Amino acid sequence: MTAVQHLKRIALGLSLLGLAAHASAQAVVTDAWVRASVPGQPSSGAFMTVTADTDSKLLSVASPIAKTVQIHEMTMKDDVMRMGPVDSVPLPAGKAVKLDPDGYHVMLIDLSAQIKEGDQVPLTVTVENAKGEKQSIEVKAEARALNAMETMDHSKMH
Amino acid sequence: MSTLFTRRKVLTGMGMLGLGLLAGCDNSPKLNFKYGKDLSDKIMGRTFKLKNTDGETVTLSSFRGLMPVVFFGFTQCPAVCPTTLARMAQAKKLMGRDGKIMQVVFITLDPERDTPKILDAYVKAFDPSFEALYGTPEEIAVAAKEFGIFYEKIPAGDSYTLSHTATSFVFDTRGTLRLGLSASLNAKECAEDLLTVMEVC
Repeated sequence: MTAVQHLKRIALGLSLLGLAAHASAQAVVTDAWVRASVPGQPSSGAFMTVTADTDSKLLSVASPIAKTVQIHEMTMKDDVMRMGPVDSVPLPAGKAVKLDPDGYHVMLIDLSAQIKEGDQVPLTVTVENAKGEKQSIEVKAEARALNAMETMDHSKMH
Repeated sequence: MSTLFTRRKVLTGMGMLGLGLLAGCDNSPKLNFKYGKDLSDKIMGRTFKLKNTDGETVTLSSFRGLMPVVFFGFTQCPAVCPTTLARMAQAKKLMGRDGKIMQVVFITLDPERDTPKILDAYVKAFDPSFEALYGTPEEIAVAAKEFGIFYEKIPAGDSYTLSHTATSFVFDTRGTLRLGLSASLNAKECAEDLLTVMEVC
């Protein structure tokens, strides 16, 4: 084996190791977005999809733009919308759990400034697996217009 | 008019309108809605008296000649309120020229935090024609009761959020309550039912 081949092998090994390290991450966050606010509006919502590879739970979310960040659940019954904080959101293994305006969502309370359309809002998402190991995921959530419609077709809900 | 309404539908609609003109328009006490709930026999929301964001006193008769769509909410509402207002803005567009008669009226259930300035910027972000109403907590409670709106404060950290009824109430141009639209309907479904309300004269 030539020295070059040897180096190539090492390089390949290292990159595979990199992939393995990446694959061991328990959860991924995709499609994160926040709703833009109007001046003086002290809170807004953040939405995302969280997928964990083992049974886990979404523990908390933090953001430098809000003093308090909470996970809330919205439920609808007889056209009454009910809202309230939850301790965590279950993340069954392999299931893409959506935090959207129709269910769980993140409340950004006491905003330090107005959120404008196109802003990249930093969020730290903390997930805990069944062994109690915590993972923090940093994401940038894009601010969408206040009147952004959900991609979900409500007519298919019933 | 959007492509959502096919040519055939437009033609059928025009035909129906023609029939309506021949037969005299629909002023029956009950209406047939495809998606929403007929509220023609309900006596609700007739005497509310609140203020718009310019500080003017507003009652139901202020909207005579328009089709008011009344929705109760609060600006810090992350989900159902922006979704409902965005859907109404979309329905208004789908209705084409008829959409001009539709007047969305957003009544705050959170008058302690929703100042006229915040309310005005909020509703206008959806459509410049939308109007927001506010009052003292007591005046809001009276208006909400008149519409059978349930609402309550839910503590959230040092702050609070609100649970509330998410129905939109639609009056015809003469101020008679006609239609209740559930939060689960989409813009096209709302637009179809709103056009049915407009057949009343």
